[in-house]
Amino acid sequence: MINFPDELELDEDDIWDFHLYIAGKSAKSTAAIANLQKICDEYLQNKYKIKIIDLVQNPEMARQAQIIAVPTLIKKLPSPVKQIIGDLSNQEKLLVGLEIAITHRSSNQS
Amino acid sequence: MRKQLPKSLTGIQGLDEITDGGLPQGRPTLIYGSAGSGKTLLGVEFLINGATKYNETGVLMTFEETAEEITQNVASLGWDIEQLVRDRKLLLDHVAVPVRDIDFSGSYDLEGLFIRLSSAIQEIGAKRVVLDTLEVLFSTMEHHIVRSELRRLFSWLKSQGVTAIVTGELGSNNSTLQGIEEYVSDCVIRLEQRTIEDLATRHLQILKYRGSKHGSNEYPFLINEDGISVVPITSVGLNSGVSDERISSGVPRLDTMLGGLGYYRGSCILVTGKAGTGKTSLASYFASATCDRGERVLYLASDESPQQMLRNQRSIGLDLQPHIDQGLLRFESVRPTAYGLEMRLANIYNWVQEFQPYLVIIDPMSNLSTSNNIKQTKNFLMRLIDLFKSSQITVFFTDLLTVNGALEASEAGIPSLMDTWIELRTLENNGERNRALYILKSRGMQHSNQVREFVLNNQGIELLDVYLGESDFLIGSARIAQEAKDRMEKLNRCQELERKKRQLNQQQALLQVQITALQVQLVNEREDFEAIYQQDQLSQKAITDSKDLMADLRDADTII
Repeated sequence: MINFPDELELDEDDIWDFHLYIAGKSAKSTAAIANLQKICDEYLQNKYKIKIIDLVQNPEMARQAQIIAVPTLIKKLPSPVKQIIGDLSNQEKLLVGLEIAITHRSSNQS
Repeated sequence: MRKQLPKSLTGIQGLDEITDGGLPQGRPTLIYGSAGSGKTLLGVEFLINGATKYNETGVLMTFEETAEEITQNVASLGWDIEQLVRDRKLLLDHVAVPVRDIDFSGSYDLEGLFIRLSSAIQEIGAKRVVLDTLEVLFSTMEHHIVRSELRRLFSWLKSQGVTAIVTGELGSNNSTLQGIEEYVSDCVIRLEQRTIEDLATRHLQILKYRGSKHGSNEYPFLINEDGISVVPITSVGLNSGVSDERISSGVPRLDTMLGGLGYYRGSCILVTGKAGTGKTSLASYFASATCDRGERVLYLASDESPQQMLRNQRSIGLDLQPHIDQGLLRFESVRPTAYGLEMRLANIYNWVQEFQPYLVIIDPMSNLSTSNNIKQTKNFLMRLIDLFKSSQITVFFTDLLTVNGALEASEAGIPSLMDTWIELRTLENNGERNRALYILKSRGMQHSNQVREFVLNNQGIELLDVYLGESDFLIGSARIAQEAKDRMEKLNRCQELERKKRQLNQQQALLQVQITALQVQLVNEREDFEAIYQQDQLSQKAITDSKDLMADLRDADTII
């Protein structure tokens, strides 16, 4: 069972830092950007940063960040670092992956 | 003329032969096998040779091992990957496929992989690519996506004009774990490592090679200190060229017995005999004579250490050390239990390629194989012999004869592979053992059927005539005794003759004296007679004279 918070209690210092790796202006890239933006708006109250890295423009970043699948979203902060692959159209999985939504069996943590 | 498929040389010993020129250029080749079968090494060697021998830079995209691990692994083979990377001849990209801490949301593709590979290829202008091993992708990503992306990848690789090697894991049914061979239609090679009777052997088989002729058998291969070495011979080819040249055995009398000229170059010679009959000595003489001509000899020994052998041969007046010092004679040990037959074959092939001998001596042959399987052993020998004959290398085998001089069943049929068969037998009589040498067969030449006594002394090897009696022959001390007896008899006869001659002379002399005496008598008698006659004549004359005078005085008429 997944518990979607109505409102996320965020610490003052909690800034969510996202790196989103895309490959050019494809449908998946556009969708990923949009989907990420959507949940940030909904849950993160402006306490977030999104950096979009287009691997077509910066191919060396693929090796550097060890990216093979696109789109790939990496949550840098808050720890732990998490990786989510896909255009982020499955919101449930996205929220669980980012630990914004908490699955029933996992322990309580902010 | 049919257009030939362009190929990319691998530079791997034996592999270019069985692929008839290398891997298909600009196409992907799949190489799969179990863990540790050598696929990564093959891929790496392909790239390194490309960079160092064929002026083609390469990209290695590794999914399992890190770049450092691979570099370290191949350092022992003398390949300096770091230097090649610095020289921009090689580019290593380790793809860390995440296995934990990833979630999936929505659809995705593997464009990131394409981007990385493309940028790597462009960075050094690579013509060769190795992907080791793509199957790791299946462990993390969704299979249907991986499959469609692989399909895309292989067409993309072709469009890039790079010759690619893709490695895969061996799954069940002898195919790859994830079935990626369905995407690679040009060339598929399988590597296998089998353990038979506690001995591990490696095999390579070309399962598919579209548009090219190729060897289709399983070929044994070795991984040694130079890399991979494939033995390209598995079938017996009877097409090798034949030489008419004759070479000395090192024992002049033996050359005489062999049609006057010695062995044929490139032939197979077998010497059988019990332990201690002198087979190794015959082999050593042959080796020495060959080295004297400046030709290299590879001596595969397994019973004695080289030092021991050298010492033993010195005791019969043969010093092989100078040949070793000159690099003409090389010893290699073939201990019976160390390798399986395939490895043994591969090792020998390697030595031959490296050393390029004109003569190979295998002493003894029985230690090559500990297999009880007759068919296997004979097959192995045929392949070995084919290996030598195809390069016109003369090969000299020694072998142990078993009980009563009869060949064991397992060895039956082996002499038929040989061109020349010499047997050393020991004959015992009167409490001593002597050796005899027989030439049992020697194809293509007139050879002596006469047995010879084989003597080893500190002057070396000598072949002596045996004593031929009415029904048998004698050697050893019996021969010497008989020869002495003969000489005695001859001496006696001579002396008898002398004696008779002297007797005759004496008699002659005696008769001569008698004759002389008679002759003297005759002369005397003649003289006497002459004297009497003269006397008579004188008397007559006197009478006549006086008659005349009387007549004169008497004025007688003249009597007319």
